[in-house]
Amino acid sequence: MDLSYSTEAEAYRETVSSFLEANWPLKGKEKELSFDEQCTLFRDRATEAGFLYRSIPKQYGGSEQETDALSAQVIREEFGKKWAPMEARGIGTMMLAPTLLERGEQWMKDRWVQKTLFGEIKWCQGYSEPGSGSDLASLKTRGELVGDEWVINGQKIWTTNAHEADFMFILVRTEPDASKHAGISYLLLDMNQPGIEVRPLKTMTGTVDFNEVFFNDARTPKDWIVGKRGEGWTVSRTTLKHERNSIGATEQTNAQFSRLKKLAQETIIDGKPAIEREDIRERLSILEGHILAHKYSGFRQLTKDASGEDPGIIRLMTKLYSTEIGHLVSKLAMDLIGDDGLLGAGDARMGAIPSGNSAWIGQYMYSLGIAIAGGSANIQRNVIAERGLGLPRDAAADRSKSN
Amino acid sequence: MNFDLTDEQRMLQETVAQYVENECPMARLREIFDGDQGHDPVLWKGLVELGVAGLAIGEQYGGAGLEMLDLAVVAEKLGHAAFPGPFFNHALGALAIELAGSDEQKEAWLPKLAAGDALASIAFSDPSGGWQPGDWSLEAGDTLTGTKSMVPFASEADVIVVGVTGGGMVLVAKGAAGLHCERLDGADRSRRIDDVTFENTPCESLAGGVEAAPKVRDVGLVLLAADAIGGAERCMEMSVEYAKTRQQFGVVIGQFQALKHQLADMALAVEPSRGLYWYAAHALDHVEEDAERTAAIAKAHITDAFMQVARDATEAHGGIGFTWEGDTQMWFKRAMFDRAFLGSPSSHRARAAELGDW
Repeated sequence: MDLSYSTEAEAYRETVSSFLEANWPLKGKEKELSFDEQCTLFRDRATEAGFLYRSIPKQYGGSEQETDALSAQVIREEFGKKWAPMEARGIGTMMLAPTLLERGEQWMKDRWVQKTLFGEIKWCQGYSEPGSGSDLASLKTRGELVGDEWVINGQKIWTTNAHEADFMFILVRTEPDASKHAGISYLLLDMNQPGIEVRPLKTMTGTVDFNEVFFNDARTPKDWIVGKRGEGWTVSRTTLKHERNSIGATEQTNAQFSRLKKLAQETIIDGKPAIEREDIRERLSILEGHILAHKYSGFRQLTKDASGEDPGIIRLMTKLYSTEIGHLVSKLAMDLIGDDGLLGAGDARMGAIPSGNSAWIGQYMYSLGIAIAGGSANIQRNVIAERGLGLPRDAAADRSKSN
Repeated sequence: MNFDLTDEQRMLQETVAQYVENECPMARLREIFDGDQGHDPVLWKGLVELGVAGLAIGEQYGGAGLEMLDLAVVAEKLGHAAFPGPFFNHALGALAIELAGSDEQKEAWLPKLAAGDALASIAFSDPSGGWQPGDWSLEAGDTLTGTKSMVPFASEADVIVVGVTGGGMVLVAKGAAGLHCERLDGADRSRRIDDVTFENTPCESLAGGVEAAPKVRDVGLVLLAADAIGGAERCMEMSVEYAKTRQQFGVVIGQFQALKHQLADMALAVEPSRGLYWYAAHALDHVEEDAERTAAIAKAHITDAFMQVARDATEAHGGIGFTWEGDTQMWFKRAMFDRAFLGSPSSHRARAAELGDW
């Protein structure tokens, strides 16, 4: 066991950090640009230097580096230290661009990949429907080919950022007679058209993060389809070659725990800091056991990723463990903030590191949002049990009819 | 970064696991578990021949001179098998002599201990319930008079390292005058425990005892955590296996989501914690500033998890899980040992809070 990074990785760290020294924050006149412009300028330079968009081919604006989990980790650490911007985030960068690179037509890549990656166009993901959540493949939104266009009717829900997106990638049922999974196609469509109505959904925290989207004869060209008709399900599950962030989740839970400890030190209960109370110490200490287990589990994954091996069942546990820990953290925080637990969440944002009591209330609520989004906790348990432990699939989940 | 076991460590684990599988199948384990002694000298001798008795003892004394992580990965495999016998107490007794003994004491004991020709144990718990060096209240001069409790395999041990007042340690040899061991009705019949009384019993002081005792304790905590990971993993495997074969309502019960989720939660309690014991063991040799605290957290976290998983496994086996004939009860009782020995999870969490300057 060797917890230091390799000599090559440490040398690479030097390269990264001297690049950052010279390039972030921006200097001179460039400091007067807007923050977004500064980020764009910096990203261009960092990509040029090979630190960002590493798995993206040069022709689409990437830096086309060899896959190397350790270098990627070093870059994240060094950029993190300097608060330097990394890749533009969003569902388009994470999901659509890699899918196009893997399965899209050449003209699609030329038209959308670079602009998506650099945040010039925004996408939303049309997957979930009111009747199709965990059982996504039962989706019912229809796409019918009429002349040269797909005509789309139905409804999507929980569509993050649909109110701001330029385009949507959407799963629709185009082959009503085919079996459940084989009847789905993966289409792209312009959000700016009369057949689409976006209705914001306010979350329990009081903010708008996602929407309902209604399709009433919405249209998209015949060739705006990724993969063939009926291949949408597999396209949406395309395994992607990219550098996984093995320890991002554990770094976030670490940061939450540090804030929680600080809260326990600063909160006065019965005339003394809460952290001096036995019950609080015990609960914090129980949590720290989980935090450390999660952290070293992340190290194990990083080690396996760096050598191109499969880390096995722990990979399947990352999300569930993060959300379980998130629940414990926010429950203890709620006990610490006492009467402030009567207040609302203020302007808390999903995934933000809490500071201030209203932010803890936001965290208390958002920890549920995170547990539900992207495969609920119970779906994660199914995945661990079925793929990790080799238990048989649920009889009902094997049914292959869409209705 | 290489946060993983080495090939040598994996081979060591495989060798031990293979030996245990061949020589101590379930029927043999049960025989020993139900027997009078809880220990089979022939089985132990075979393990000794693999080098396990002297794994962390220095090479000049005939040991392998390996690190605490090597010792811990073996403990994991023995825990997985609920291997009956004195591995744990022997390793700690030998370590205490190596860390705290004079050259003469080391010469006298370590070669025999490394070769498995003598057996060591540790007497840390005071009858009043204190496990930590600061709690020890037995006065030591040239002789000892008083009691220690929960001493693993004291009756079989050739030498016992006894924790005494002031946090020091002394040696008492088998057959010493006034030494009396009385076997307790311990839950874990794979690691028997005794009450030990001394009446003007001659003893030898370990000169470096006060400094070494906390380290011996910390190694003990990590070995218990490692044992617990192995045991918890086995509980999970047995439960998964049972869920894949047992049928009700015409299907295997592993198809029912309630049980699947329980099994997934068991896996979640076990698998991510493995790295925690690795790091705690690694820290004992390489990260001094983290060692004591991480050992406390690893012991608290993992032995608690083992106990919970053992309970879940019992439940997942239905009626058979609750019987003496069922296998899970043996791991359940290993979990009780790992959890309580050297102090409860709560007590170590309180220590971790202190050590963290909270």
